[in-house]
Amino acid sequence: MMASSYNAKEEDANHPGAANHAGVGVVKSKKPDNTAFKQQRLPAWQPILTAGTVLPAFFVIGLIFIPIGIGLYVTSNNIKEFEIDYTGANIDNPCYNCAKNFSWNSTAQCVCAVTFTLEQPFESNVFMYYGLSNFYQNHRRYVKSRDDSQLNGDRSALTNPSKECEPYRRSEGSPIAPCGAIANSLFNDTLQLYHIDSNGTLNEIPLVKKGIAWWTDKHVKFRNPGGNNNLTVAFQGTSKPVNWKKPVFELDPEDPENNGFINEDFIVWMRTAALPTFRKLYRIIQKKPSTTPTLPSGKYVLNVTYNYPVLSFDGRKRMILSTISWMGGKNPFLGIAYITVGSICFFLGVVLLIIHHKYDNRNNSADIPN
Amino acid sequence: MLRRTLNRWLGRDERRVDSRSICVGHRSSSNNEAFIPPKFCDNRIVSSKYTVWNFLPKNLFEQFRRIANFYFLIIFLVQVIVDTPTSPVTSGLPLFFVITVTAIKQGYEDWLRHKADNEVNKYPVTVLEQGRRVRKESEKIKVGDVLEVDEDETFPCDLILLQSSRDDDTCFVTTASLDGESNHKTHYTVPDTEKDLESLNATIECEQPQPDLYKFVGRMHIYKADQEPAVRSLGPENLLLKGSTLKNTQTICGVAIYTGMETKMALNYQGKSQKRSAVEKSINAFLLVYLCILVSKALVCTTLKYVWQNKPGQDEPWYNEKTQREKDTNLYLKMFTDFLSFMVLFNFIIPVSMYVTVEMQKFLGSFFITWDKDFFDPEIKEGALVNTSDLNEELGQVEYVFTDKTGTLTQNNMEFIECCIDGFQYKYQDAGTDLDGFCVTDGPANKVQHKAGREKEELFLRALCLCHTVQVKESPEQGQGQRDGLMDQVDGLGVDGEGLHPPPQEQRGFIASSPDEVALVKGAMRYGFTFLGFESKTMKILTRDNDVERYELLHVLNFDPVRRRMSVIVRSKSGDTLLFCKGADSSIFPRVRQEEVERIRMNVERNATEGYRTLCVAYKYLNAEEYAQADAGLREARLALQDREEKLMAVYNQVETGMSLIGATAVEDRLQEEAAETMEALQGAGMKVWVLTGDKMETAKSTCYACRLFQRNTELLELTVRTLEDGGRRREERLHELLVEYHKKAVQDAPPVKAGVTRAWSSANHDYGFIIDGATLSMVLNSSSESNSSRYKNLFLQICQNCTSVLCCRMAPLQKAQIVKMVKNSKGSPITLSIGDGANDVSMILEAHVGIGIKGKEGRQAVRNSDYAIPKLKHLKKLLLAHGHLYYVRIAHLVQYFFYKNLCFILPQFLYQFFCGYSQQPLYDAAYLTMYNICFTSMPILAYSLLEQHICMEVLLDNATLYRGIAKNGMLRWGPFFYWTLLGVFHGLLFFFGVRYLFGNPALQDNGQVFGNWSYGTIVFTVLVFTVTLKLALDTRHWTWINHFVIWGSLAFYVFFSFFWGGIIWPFLKQQRLYFVFANMLSSVSAWLVIILLILLSLLPEILLVVFRKPRGPHAGQITPVTPLTYKHLKDRQ
Repeated sequence: MMASSYNAKEEDANHPGAANHAGVGVVKSKKPDNTAFKQQRLPAWQPILTAGTVLPAFFVIGLIFIPIGIGLYVTSNNIKEFEIDYTGANIDNPCYNCAKNFSWNSTAQCVCAVTFTLEQPFESNVFMYYGLSNFYQNHRRYVKSRDDSQLNGDRSALTNPSKECEPYRRSEGSPIAPCGAIANSLFNDTLQLYHIDSNGTLNEIPLVKKGIAWWTDKHVKFRNPGGNNNLTVAFQGTSKPVNWKKPVFELDPEDPENNGFINEDFIVWMRTAALPTFRKLYRIIQKKPSTTPTLPSGKYVLNVTYNYPVLSFDGRKRMILSTISWMGGKNPFLGIAYITVGSICFFLGVVLLIIHHKYDNRNNSADIPN
Repeated sequence: MLRRTLNRWLGRDERRVDSRSICVGHRSSSNNEAFIPPKFCDNRIVSSKYTVWNFLPKNLFEQFRRIANFYFLIIFLVQVIVDTPTSPVTSGLPLFFVITVTAIKQGYEDWLRHKADNEVNKYPVTVLEQGRRVRKESEKIKVGDVLEVDEDETFPCDLILLQSSRDDDTCFVTTASLDGESNHKTHYTVPDTEKDLESLNATIECEQPQPDLYKFVGRMHIYKADQEPAVRSLGPENLLLKGSTLKNTQTICGVAIYTGMETKMALNYQGKSQKRSAVEKSINAFLLVYLCILVSKALVCTTLKYVWQNKPGQDEPWYNEKTQREKDTNLYLKMFTDFLSFMVLFNFIIPVSMYVTVEMQKFLGSFFITWDKDFFDPEIKEGALVNTSDLNEELGQVEYVFTDKTGTLTQNNMEFIECCIDGFQYKYQDAGTDLDGFCVTDGPANKVQHKAGREKEELFLRALCLCHTVQVKESPEQGQGQRDGLMDQVDGLGVDGEGLHPPPQEQRGFIASSPDEVALVKGAMRYGFTFLGFESKTMKILTRDNDVERYELLHVLNFDPVRRRMSVIVRSKSGDTLLFCKGADSSIFPRVRQEEVERIRMNVERNATEGYRTLCVAYKYLNAEEYAQADAGLREARLALQDREEKLMAVYNQVETGMSLIGATAVEDRLQEEAAETMEALQGAGMKVWVLTGDKMETAKSTCYACRLFQRNTELLELTVRTLEDGGRRREERLHELLVEYHKKAVQDAPPVKAGVTRAWSSANHDYGFIIDGATLSMVLNSSSESNSSRYKNLFLQICQNCTSVLCCRMAPLQKAQIVKMVKNSKGSPITLSIGDGANDVSMILEAHVGIGIKGKEGRQAVRNSDYAIPKLKHLKKLLLAHGHLYYVRIAHLVQYFFYKNLCFILPQFLYQFFCGYSQQPLYDAAYLTMYNICFTSMPILAYSLLEQHICMEVLLDNATLYRGIAKNGMLRWGPFFYWTLLGVFHGLLFFFGVRYLFGNPALQDNGQVFGNWSYGTIVFTVLVFTVTLKLALDTRHWTWINHFVIWGSLAFYVFFSFFWGGIIWPFLKQQRLYFVFANMLSSVSAWLVIILLILLSLLPEILLVVFRKPRGPHAGQITPVTPLTYKHLKDRQ
């Protein structure tokens, strides 16, 4: 505070003569500029929300939202979805035995077959999901337990994974690849779908395992160390995650483009779900070139290789078959919400119109005496 | 001498308390005495706070002393130490930003101070050492050095003037930089010092440094080889203050007595207590609420977490095992760290950036006041001045206005109106005046009859010409001539006057500390008696007959507000010693012969009721004996080191007795421009205007009527010495009686009104005005018994609060402050504003919540001590009604909005804990958490808080009642706060659950792929940013291009940033959480639809409220700054 006053003073004191000569200049600089900004007179748009201006907006919103909502609702309703729980929590479930006898150490695979009937044929591409319940993929300890640079093919991270991966960082002295709790708990049930046609034979339905992960994840975010060939060498010196049955470079030995870190099942799993009940895309059933539906109505058998225990934490496993529309999977929420909001807007528009009308009359009559 | 020696041996401490001894030129006072050079501080000015070395620790320490910064530091430390959900960067970066910006600002300010200090400290000065002139840097000056200062140089320290190049041993000085008075002040050398400074052997004894610029006592002992030491008194007239400038004098020599930080200037710049605004108190209260919300959220989550974990299989399922360290941790410690983690996760609810934004808003916002061209006054060529930006919003909250009268309500531009000599009235008329300067009478009847004797007339006019401290202004040419040493300037004028006609009045400039004096001298000039100026100690006047009369000025008995009069003792050529005295009637009448009083009193009272300032003039002849006695008394009193004031006063009182009254003068003090309109507007805005003046009741009352503070139908309740003495009983009893009576009238019988503010002032059927004077006030405040005192005070306050305006006259400066303090601390602690222009208003300016200085004629003290300074009273209207109102609305909205936007930011994160096993998983990515308050939502609200005009300025100025809508902190009370909090909660719930239901099926893309938790957070965050920004857009009533730019710009920036942030694999990030999340989100139709739906649904109630509230008139518009209906109508009309 003192300094600034000094400044002013020094000027005063040192140029006493200047004040007279440069008087005009000084005056000009002291007079505030007459600019719109400094005078707070910038040209401004001053909207006033009145019933008059808001009313049309309400009607417009109502008129737009209701059709959208109806569209959404119809679309959602047209999506065919079939869901079946194969956890084996109940004794009448075919997988009850597999679930009950599960042990991490057993090498023998437990397979159970779940039969179900599709009442309606599924047209166009059908998407096969597995769903888990009460599985906290969004738990903080779980979410952070990964090493993205390792997954991106970084060699130093491969041999020395991030500390975040603890306690799934090293096993028996060698680094785990891929490290961390997420990778360790990779969903490893194998699902196979058979159609039982009229004469009782089982026709395996071809399941496509590509195109289930985000393109960017598969092609940029996830990279194998040292390219895709010879993964066995690339992953040498690392050990498999403790709960895995086979190492990462044997996830899909047939297809080098789907093996190692860029295995799509693995990538899908690595995108942690938002809520404890979730579904993940497992396979795609491509529609047939002929006019026959992709999944005609009838009996089906789901063959499950039961590897994934969920009962210990009271979880559930589901298999979901669903067609997809432009808005995604079946979800009536959006349609209902749009219809509701649209109707509310429309209703409010009507109410406002009445109020506005009445109020305007009163207002006018009140204005007249003035 | 003996005493001094004794003092020296008695110990230094005692000496330091009383006074200090200085050897002029460091020459030991006496040869045989052991000389202990006393230690004084050097002449370095240190206004800077930091050095290069201590800047960092000291600045950091000061910054972290602020509660908010400390809180964020703690959060940051917790994040560093404990394993928390968000990285320390998220809170460290904003904190670092805030701290850095503040540190840079303070560092820059300190660098400026260093620079200014250096400039002052390194300034070259000339020191006389053993007869040689040595150039030194200013900081090397020591107490006792003899300095030489040239014309137009600033004094480097406080000096005692020893020698001047002027013949009359005076020098002229301007103190513009100290108190703003630009007139030339005369200072005198110490009498009888030797011309040869080298051989001067003297010591100076003076008081310890003290900040009062106008007080100084000291004495100088001059030792000569063969004589007894001579003693000379030193007063303020011998003291040259650091910071003032030498004028009209070639060089002077002086001895340094106070240096560096002990100079009066430095002492005056220390310590001005900081005022805090009511808005800040509200912020702190809200902060506390949010802190409670934060803690309870963390507690709820911690509790639920442990409840949930107790269920089998949930704490540690096989897929998500704990690390060894976690397993080993003690349960209670784990609970505690969990609690801390939740605190960290939710800490964003208390916005770190709010403080920065509020500071910036205040700082930048205050520029609009300085920039306002309506505040520019072409006369003084200056605009408004903002000394503190902390109180901008307080301008919109004022409930009590305390105004000074002279110079504030009135122009302090005195015009001589009439005089009364010996009971006859003389009125000066511009038209038809005899130009030869003869006295014209203006009595309604016969001229001859109404004219006093010529002798009396001339005596009166001589008195006017002599009894003052006015100086004649030197024109530049004359100054030049004098500098060249051709002729003395006053002589030059004198020659002029003798040879020719008196110079036209316009050319003659007078400088005086009080404008009354100039008016009187000018008045005398009209009647033919012209004051020509001083010639050393001789005053010259030009009489009607074009004779130059010379009077030797023997003594000036200065004016002071207690005595309320001043006198001069002069000796005429004929050898008569005369005392002329002028002063207020109350102080003159008791001192003159009573038979003279009656003739004049009537005139004086009539003049006073007309609103003029009256002065009475008296004189007396002093015979040689009387004079000798007075002279001795005055000299002795002036030499006194202690109680000089009291002793002088006693002598003055003794001398100024038994005078004879010659006449009285009436000087008009015109009302300020638009004073009445301004007062009316303030009252219309619900403010109570109190006039606090030192003037007498009649004058003040007439001013109040003229300003329309009192209307014709206003019933005046008078509580003055006069009414107290009416009853003929003891004053105390009468006071009691009157207080009770007035209380009954004004408070009890008044119709019950809700609050003074909401009452429509025009409809109040009965207006009361209250008048109290200083003496009565002190009786009310300092009543004899303690219980009475508080009771009287209460009664007094209640009466005052029910009166439209209150007039307090005959107030001492301290009493003004007392009143302000009393009102300030009364029930409901109303916001007070003081406005004044003079030094006597400083105390009340400092006391009130907001102090406003007027750049008037009484110096700059008021301006210097004020929070805001304006050139004229009329500017107060715009300052309060327009600027204050807008600032308040802006900052109130800013504060509410900040809390709101952080509540709905954090609430979804809180809700998410219920779905992620209470694991402190953040919903949003760290980048979003960090950037939300810094980048995405900060600029629109800043622009809003700088530019918003919910009602345009003209309308605010025209409708003073609008000011009441925001009175009593209307937008920051709990009601509006609750509303905003509710809104935040509603939005937060909507965002979270809207997206939650959408994620019932996470397959949201048309290729069947699913979204994960980061997509969830990004959708919520997108809705959040858009809703919060659009909510502000809804509230914006004044869309300038800046608003458009900032609002749409920050939304665009958010989108751009999200693409950018998700578009690259960032090598420095441990996890690429958001990689292409935003782009994928935009590729999903459902995400678009839900975003649009949620934004609209959030804003819907807001729009509805705006529309529904409208018909209910302006009062409903308190919660949000909605344009009241009246405004719309006004717009239509225009």
